[in-house]
Amino acid sequence: MREITAADIDDICLGAAVLGTGGGGDPYIGGLITRAALRDHGPVRLLSLSEVADDAQIVTVGDMGAPTVGFEKLKAENQPVDAVLALQKHLGRKVDAVMPFEAGGSNSVMPIYIAAKLGLPVVDGDGMGRAFPEMQMLTFSVYGVRACPMALADEHGNTVILEVADDKRAEFIGRGVTIRMGARASIAGYAMDGATARRVSVPATMSLAQEIGAAIRTARHAGVDPVDALIEMLAGTHYQHGRRLFTGKIADVARETRGGYAVGRVRIDPLTGDAPALEITFQNENLVARQGERLRAIVPDLICILDAELATPITTERLRYGQRVTVLGISAPPIMRSDAALQAFGPAAFGLDDAFVALEALT
Amino acid sequence: MSAGDHGDPAADRLAGRPDGGGAAGDGDGRGLEFDNRPIAALDEDAIADVARRAASDGITAFAVTGVFAALDGEMERRAGTIIAEHCPGARVSLSHEIGRVGLLERENATALNATLADLAETVVGGFQRAVAGLGVDAPLYLSQNDGTLMAADQALAYPVRTIASGPTNSMRGAALLSGLADALVVDIGGTTADVGLLIAGYPREAATTVELGGVRTNFRMPDVLSIGLGGGSRVADDGARIGPDSVGGDLQRQARVFGGETLTMTDIAVAAGLLQLGDATKVAELPAALVEAALDRARAMLDDALDRVRPSSRALPVVLVGGGAVLAARPLAAAASLHRPEHAAVANAVGAALAEVGGECERVFSLEQIDREAARAEAEREAVARAVAAGADAGDVRIADVEELPLTYMPGNATRFRVKAIGRPRA
Repeated sequence: MREITAADIDDICLGAAVLGTGGGGDPYIGGLITRAALRDHGPVRLLSLSEVADDAQIVTVGDMGAPTVGFEKLKAENQPVDAVLALQKHLGRKVDAVMPFEAGGSNSVMPIYIAAKLGLPVVDGDGMGRAFPEMQMLTFSVYGVRACPMALADEHGNTVILEVADDKRAEFIGRGVTIRMGARASIAGYAMDGATARRVSVPATMSLAQEIGAAIRTARHAGVDPVDALIEMLAGTHYQHGRRLFTGKIADVARETRGGYAVGRVRIDPLTGDAPALEITFQNENLVARQGERLRAIVPDLICILDAELATPITTERLRYGQRVTVLGISAPPIMRSDAALQAFGPAAFGLDDAFVALEALT
Repeated sequence: MSAGDHGDPAADRLAGRPDGGGAAGDGDGRGLEFDNRPIAALDEDAIADVARRAASDGITAFAVTGVFAALDGEMERRAGTIIAEHCPGARVSLSHEIGRVGLLERENATALNATLADLAETVVGGFQRAVAGLGVDAPLYLSQNDGTLMAADQALAYPVRTIASGPTNSMRGAALLSGLADALVVDIGGTTADVGLLIAGYPREAATTVELGGVRTNFRMPDVLSIGLGGGSRVADDGARIGPDSVGGDLQRQARVFGGETLTMTDIAVAAGLLQLGDATKVAELPAALVEAALDRARAMLDDALDRVRPSSRALPVVLVGGGAVLAARPLAAAASLHRPEHAAVANAVGAALAEVGGECERVFSLEQIDREAARAEAEREAVARAVAAGADAGDVRIADVEELPLTYMPGNATRFRVKAIGRPRA
């Protein structure tokens, strides 16, 4: 068992932004309030999946809604806790631990905030292993845990319990409620016991985010290339293969909005030489990277666009002509690459015609 | 909404200051939802209470920040009125007059503005006395970060709006002097070269947050890239390295042409015959290869900066201004044409003299309820009305900029429009 302290939050936020693969929202504000909560309430215990008792009651937590709204309408102090308490009341059983449903972006740190407030441990794992746009794109759903009962909370202490059998339908109805709640709700759902969590979760993603953040930070201080440091660090984890797909400058960004998604394409030209440009297609998150006809990486493997010097991740909203970037591909762990997982969040789930090919099998 | 200065720790942490620090306020999360519904009614008694307590503590500077106030400032204005009623002499900064969507950054910018209230009185008062002392009987305006003007009494209320007006004025001046409305501008001074983009005669504004001393803010600033290339920049490694350190204001003692020991870009310019300054014999012995290498390096630095600033790979006209403009002696890759207008050294003053009056509107529309063109037209109408209210000539107001930003992860196609209108001051 480890502990998370206020000093760890910057690394976790930076790592979570990398795992956001271009989406997931900026964890900056969540990081600020989480750091303050850890200062007020002391460190939070981080339980590995192997340390969780078989019969422990776990609920998973995060936010639903538009990240842009989150920059303006900050959460009320009790809002995220309200969702957990409402679900606990509905379950009729005390919650023993909380777990993030999404390791990438702004949803990564709120579980730590809730854990600090309620004096609970956080389970080191999640249901996405990165960022994805919709709730049914979770390993929890893929391997048989239902989203509902789910609690949604706004900042006034109002809570709503959803009992919807189908996760995709729950996502649809939940998003409708979220809009009435001001487009940013705290949610708690996917209640499960410890034994189930071991079977259905992407393991050790909180500690992975922290290690990614620490690797980049340490490399920056030492004056070595942070992307090299990151690739070396990943080799020792279940996100084993980190590949430098391309270094260049952004030559063109085309985007449009379709049904709440920022859909688009970015072209990255080489800084020197005449190598073919790298093209990345995104739908909030980066989905596929191609160089000419050659496939370089495809969802659910991670495609991260990083500032070429500092390795700061750049979200799809902030891509701009002229930025110098390194594109890093990272292999998703096996639990995210099974046939069932690929059906939920592989290329076809995003309307791509390509079949999934593992990053490390592509040349 | 948060108002006042009571060191509330909850609000302190919101500010995200590196080490906590002093002020912030009493926060109760009032304001608007993204679609303009009020989150809750304004708690007028609570605000009056804060104002009375502040008055008895001798505090008179207030920062008022409401959720989504950038979309509709009415609730903040009402709070400001209540504060003024209960705290005599209160100087109230309203966030919607200062920043954009992004509560934390706007709140920080507003607090910064409130802390500058005393300084603004000293400075603006000084200007007013100086102008009166010269026997000039004319209204006094100050130039703002976005290139528009505000009356002196408004500058007293919103000092942060003036702090980045320097580069903006240079770029506006470059536009007039060169006759170009869309161009890249390079302003080379003693320490840095500032590179910016002119669109319709105005500098492009920074899209995201601007950090000031480690604090995130989001007030309207020109998007300028500064690189360490100026007349006082030190030259090292046989011309292969320029700056980022500079002798700055000490050029007339330290540069070689003035008898000093330091090799600066001014010395290179004199040695290359680009500039006549000081004693040219002091740099006559410089190896030609070093001089060439330094000018090549300057070009490479400018090429890189211009490429980062331009909006696409298309070449644009480049306007060179500032006292150090001679340092750009080589053809530049991003330049469709290179312009060195007359009087380029005083572009800054020219820019300030031709400033206009502006108004801005920022709103979120659901494009399922309103047609995109209609939404845009409504935002434009409101921006024009605000420009006229600020003193622009209604017959001359035009739309200078329209930005359309979709809210992601949301059904309903909620889209944020930001429109800026500008016109000549009314006679």
